[in-house]
Amino acid sequence: MSTQIPEQETETETETDVEQDPKGRRPPAARGRAGMDQRAEDELSDAEETVDLKVFRYDPEVEGKKEPRFDTFEVPFTKGMTVLDALIFARDHFDSSLTFRHSCRQAICGSDALFINGSQRLGCKTQMADLEWPVRVEPLPHAEVVKDLVVDMEHFYDQMESVEPYFQTDDLPSGELEEQRQDRANREEIKMSTRCIWCGACMSSCNVAAGDNEYLGPAAINKAYRFAMDEREGEDMTEHRLNIIEQEHGVWRCQTQFSCTEVCPKDIPLTEHIQELKREAVKSNLKFW
Amino acid sequence: MSQSYDRGLIEDFGRWREFSAGMWAWVLHKFTGWVLVGYLFTHIAVLSTATVDGSTYTTTLQGLEQVLVVRFLEVGLLAVAVFHILNGIRLLFVDLGLGLESQDVAFYAALVLTAAITVASIPTFLGGF
Repeated sequence: MSTQIPEQETETETETDVEQDPKGRRPPAARGRAGMDQRAEDELSDAEETVDLKVFRYDPEVEGKKEPRFDTFEVPFTKGMTVLDALIFARDHFDSSLTFRHSCRQAICGSDALFINGSQRLGCKTQMADLEWPVRVEPLPHAEVVKDLVVDMEHFYDQMESVEPYFQTDDLPSGELEEQRQDRANREEIKMSTRCIWCGACMSSCNVAAGDNEYLGPAAINKAYRFAMDEREGEDMTEHRLNIIEQEHGVWRCQTQFSCTEVCPKDIPLTEHIQELKREAVKSNLKFW
Repeated sequence: MSQSYDRGLIEDFGRWREFSAGMWAWVLHKFTGWVLVGYLFTHIAVLSTATVDGSTYTTTLQGLEQVLVVRFLEVGLLAVAVFHILNGIRLLFVDLGLGLESQDVAFYAALVLTAAITVASIPTFLGGF
């Protein structure tokens, strides 16, 4: 991977230059970005199998990229290659301006949720071998594109924050140094909901969230579930949480289309959690004793 | 997300081909629901002929049964109603939180059952025309 800092003179080269000039005027052995095309050519000719990657391109700040379009990159296929690997190859060998978020590469940071072949998936968790080729990669739908595959996550984070996604309790144990324990059964109940990595795939897949901006969305409701179901939070706190999620744009917006459950890369049963909170909300409202 | 934003190519893919079972179930449930609401109006119109007198009602119904299109519409109505009922039962289980892992299977089962009942009803509706 060429992550080293490119030489000064190539730095000024524009992205279109690199594309229009596949052979390049540079010596083939040059390192860094200068030898990018040569290296790509070598690796492509060495590869037994290559795969086409169609990537959504858009950049409001660059003249030639204001109109959204798809670029096709031919990438050598290697066993175990993920979509993220392919994107990294394309960026490092063809176009260093190709922009996408990634960090841990092991499905735990939640940075690289992308719209791959018509479905929200994590780039690092999706095997190229499992997909239909050519592979089409787009930014998450129903979110504003900042550049290429990067979308603005601000709204998603706002919704997450609005359910107070942190532990708070009014039910502390009496002794000063006493531990606050959770029993195993309760831990099991909330186990799946704790796995959320804030990638935003569910929110992007949700038809209702797309039409109703105020809808909390599956991820935020799942977060609310994680704490509302936690027995260590006191009764008043649980009621406070139920008040948040049973508002007009809360759980009742869910129409059980199961899109979120379908796309969640951490296999969280989101619809199930939303439905359970609906029942809890009704139960607490019907309480007449 | 709050602004409407032209994604160009990205919104033009005809996403319906990518819908999953749960999504189709929702779409069909809405659709059949609206068809049934629409039918209710014609139903009331036909029934209200009974307020004139008994024979008007009988001749209206007999007249309608003479029209081939009406016979076919009846088959369609049955299909729509059966699917709405079966998927309604599926949604009931979803609301109760029972068997959510098999909601897609339940949807396919509802489709198959609807098809079977509809086909079985054809002799009754179209027979003796």
